Amino acid sequence: MKKTHILAIVIIAIAIGVIMSTAGDASTYVCFKDASNMAAEGDNDKVHVVGKLKKDAAGNIEGMIYDPVIDANRFEFVLVDNNNQVQTVIYNQPKPQDFDKSEQVVIVGSMRGEVFMADQIIMKCPSKYEDKELKETASN
Amino acid sequence: MIHTTVGDIGHASIVVALIAAIVAAFSYFKASSAKDFLSETSDQKSWRKFARLFFYLHSAAIFGVVGTLFYIIKNHYYEYHYAWDHSSNSLPIYYMISSFWEGQEGSFLLWLFWHVVLGLVLIHQNKTWEAPMMAVFCAVQAFLASMILGSVLPLVELKIGSSPFILLKDFMGSLPVYKINPDYVPEDGTGLNPLLQNYWMVIHPPTLFLGFATTLIPFAYCIAGLWMGRYKEWIRPALPWALFSAMVLGTGILMGGYWAYETLNFGGYWNWDPVENAVYVPWLVLVAAIHCMIIYKNSNTALKPAVILAIASFVLILYSTFLTRSGILGSSSVHSFTDLGLSGQLLIYLLFFSLLSLVLLVFRWKKIPDTEKEASVYSREFWVFIGVTVLCLAGFQVLATTSIPVYNSIIALFGIKSNVAPPADQMEHYSKFQIWAGIFIAILSGIGQFFWWKKMDGKKLWNAISIPLLLALVISMLVMYFTGLDQPAYILLVATSIFSICANAFILKDVLKANPKLSGGAVSHIGVAMMLIGILYSSGYSKIISLNNSGMTYSKEFSKEMNKENLLLWRNDPEQMDDFTLLYKGQRLESPDFAGFINKDEVVQLDNKAKVIAKKDIIYQAKVQYKKGDTINIAPENTFYEVQYSKANGDTFTLYPRAQVNPQMGLIASPDIKRFWGRDLYSFVSSIPTPDRDREWSELVEHTAHIGDTIFLNDFVAILQDVKRETNVPGVTLKSTDAAVRAHFKLLGKDKNYDVYPIYVVLMEDHMVGQIPEVVEDLGIKITFLSIDPASGTFTFGVNTTQKDYIILKAIEKPAINILWLGTLLLVIGLAIAIVRRYTEFIKMRNKGVEV
Repeated sequence: MKKTHILAIVIIAIAIGVIMSTAGDASTYVCFKDASNMAAEGDNDKVHVVGKLKKDAAGNIEGMIYDPVIDANRFEFVLVDNNNQVQTVIYNQPKPQDFDKSEQVVIVGSMRGEVFMADQIIMKCPSKYEDKELKETASN
Repeated sequence: MIHTTVGDIGHASIVVALIAAIVAAFSYFKASSAKDFLSETSDQKSWRKFARLFFYLHSAAIFGVVGTLFYIIKNHYYEYHYAWDHSSNSLPIYYMISSFWEGQEGSFLLWLFWHVVLGLVLIHQNKTWEAPMMAVFCAVQAFLASMILGSVLPLVELKIGSSPFILLKDFMGSLPVYKINPDYVPEDGTGLNPLLQNYWMVIHPPTLFLGFATTLIPFAYCIAGLWMGRYKEWIRPALPWALFSAMVLGTGILMGGYWAYETLNFGGYWNWDPVENAVYVPWLVLVAAIHCMIIYKNSNTALKPAVILAIASFVLILYSTFLTRSGILGSSSVHSFTDLGLSGQLLIYLLFFSLLSLVLLVFRWKKIPDTEKEASVYSREFWVFIGVTVLCLAGFQVLATTSIPVYNSIIALFGIKSNVAPPADQMEHYSKFQIWAGIFIAILSGIGQFFWWKKMDGKKLWNAISIPLLLALVISMLVMYFTGLDQPAYILLVATSIFSICANAFILKDVLKANPKLSGGAVSHIGVAMMLIGILYSSGYSKIISLNNSGMTYSKEFSKEMNKENLLLWRNDPEQMDDFTLLYKGQRLESPDFAGFINKDEVVQLDNKAKVIAKKDIIYQAKVQYKKGDTINIAPENTFYEVQYSKANGDTFTLYPRAQVNPQMGLIASPDIKRFWGRDLYSFVSSIPTPDRDREWSELVEHTAHIGDTIFLNDFVAILQDVKRETNVPGVTLKSTDAAVRAHFKLLGKDKNYDVYPIYVVLMEDHMVGQIPEVVEDLGIKITFLSIDPASGTFTFGVNTTQKDYIILKAIEKPAINILWLGTLLLVIGLAIAIVRRYTEFIKMRNKGVEV
């Protein structure tokens, strides 16, 4: 067998390894119900959940607790997933600074008992391109 | 008044640029029909002349578009959406330049601009390749110009591109204000994203886009070579440009990393974000292509891989453009461009050049010269080729994972909903492969270099390699011992990198003696090895030192995995962190007029947000900078938090991490970095109390006192020392009939005493009284001078309390990060040496008329 062939086999083997590892490490987008089921079955894989913040009629965010004086590293909030299931989420980091403005939130983590422990919060803020409002001035 | 002419000129220029690019591409195509360059017929010659004329026209039009857009931004024509969206009145000129490319349209324009500059250089530098190469160039330009066209095609009602010259009223015409006044022009723009107001953002995008633009050159030469049947000859002119491209693109990527490190607060320079990955992969492939081209030049092998990789690096640039600009990344990236609805166009752009190259490659494949000879294990080709393979596999891994959103979209086309998400721990996922790629690259760049310079067999190899190997072993042992390396892969990476440095240092010594011009390879490989060491230590051994030890435990849920990485610091209340004592001293402002920081408590904010008035003399470096009552210009968006770090042995330094309050984006924190020789101490404010405007104060409590009386405020005691007439009240113009009095309280704090001066003002003419309260930020107490009762000689004061001022701080130690930056510098220098060498070679051969 020629060296080129051996090399080719090695390359293919590594490439397959890469693909397998990507498939193995890839997380999934789920809803809170699935996340609970996974946790109940003892599956500790971290998942992505997409949701929106819970807001009251006046548009104020509900259920958000961050009191740095008590604990700077604990942020609790309530997320509503795409199936309208409401879930308390805990994030062991300070509250992300533009959190209040985010339109959609993606959390990465897993269910632990009654709460969802998030390791990461990815926020889709209403892009500054869409959100800007013209400041109307008196001059016109 | 709406200035429509300038926008019309701009838009017309885009149309001209697009048409001229198409005409030039077609004419260059016609001019390339010759079988042989040197026997150009008069017909082809006239086509070429004609094409060149149109390329000049295209260039002029692009310069026109750039000039027009900048003119609009510079003159604050906010009737244009682009100016309104990306600029504002208060922006200094250098940030106006960054606002030029903040938006997608502007960045396409920047890309077009660099292509034009490069095209103009290439036309004059290399006449024989002009026609086929410029045909590719002009075709690319036509695609890019269409991205900013912003016209609707008649008949089919299809909008092509997004123009930077769109008027605000056309963009948001539904706003009520336009019903009242169709000629409404906003007075100010909404400004540049504060994160981009950084000097790196002035130079990083042009560098990166120059890198993008230069990848077109090896691609264009390669396509021209395949097309004209000059399968080998394209390598010589393309090589110096490929090296240049790797240098510029690499610098651009690292600049982006450095900007992120300095400005963003994710705590590092690299985050494996799709936007970063999308440029990292083409860079790896480009470096691999360069290695193949060099192998070919030396031994006539590896031509096919060189062709494939030169094409792949450009196609990957197109793919990365598609990923970051089409909106396909969706929620998997934090900072991709907004979707301008260009995804279809971007896809056609990507597919056109991918398929074109693929078809050309398939048709010419058999004709590309190849060697049947097996490469010997003792040949340099063999080792370099293994290195190329490692680079490609490393790129493949990153690409395979970054493309996950693309798989979802493709599957969705077949009506299946896929819910695959990127790995939850990206760092871990990428690192576990990339670290091995790093190890192999370090080994190969050490051994490969020996083969490069000498004819080798087993014995000779051992002779050459034994000393550097031994030296590397000794140094690695010492480094391991002193830095406490623990993980096997980490140890291997450090040891192999040290070996690479030693081996290349030996080579460098010999090469410098023989011919310094050839030292590029050794220098850049030393640079790469240093970068690997720097990356390993600064990322693998970065240590969070702000671990919370305040004693306030809150472990209802998960005591074990609580990562209390952030520390609460009350103002003027020292806190222990690692081996430092930290003291948060208060908020500071920055003035464009002098270098120091201004204590926010020593000034009064005016209605104009960019101006404050000094409450007392402001002293900086033992000099009075501003007298009491002076007006000071400040940068209104930035607040700095003075934090003093002191060690038990007396070493003290101060950091000023920054937070910006931005109406669109909320609070934005940027770190401050203390640089030591061997490590960086990186600190940022991860949270602060809500800013002044919606601060909550307790209900006012009134106190009445004579001079000398003591009053009790919550837990503190305050003594009214005296009440005096005040003639100079900062921020208030006192007329002769007006009067102001100032009370003086001595407030006894826990560790220190405070002097508090609330002021009471009587403006006779206006029949008004006013109070200027004073806040003791350390204690969260505000004292207001409410009234004077001359009959009884008593004074009434109001006291409110609020939350004391604090910050939440995160501090990370990053060891050996300077080795990374130093290695980067060496890599760039090494590449520059190689460019000079290869370019001189090309010029020499060109002037001889050989093989050009």
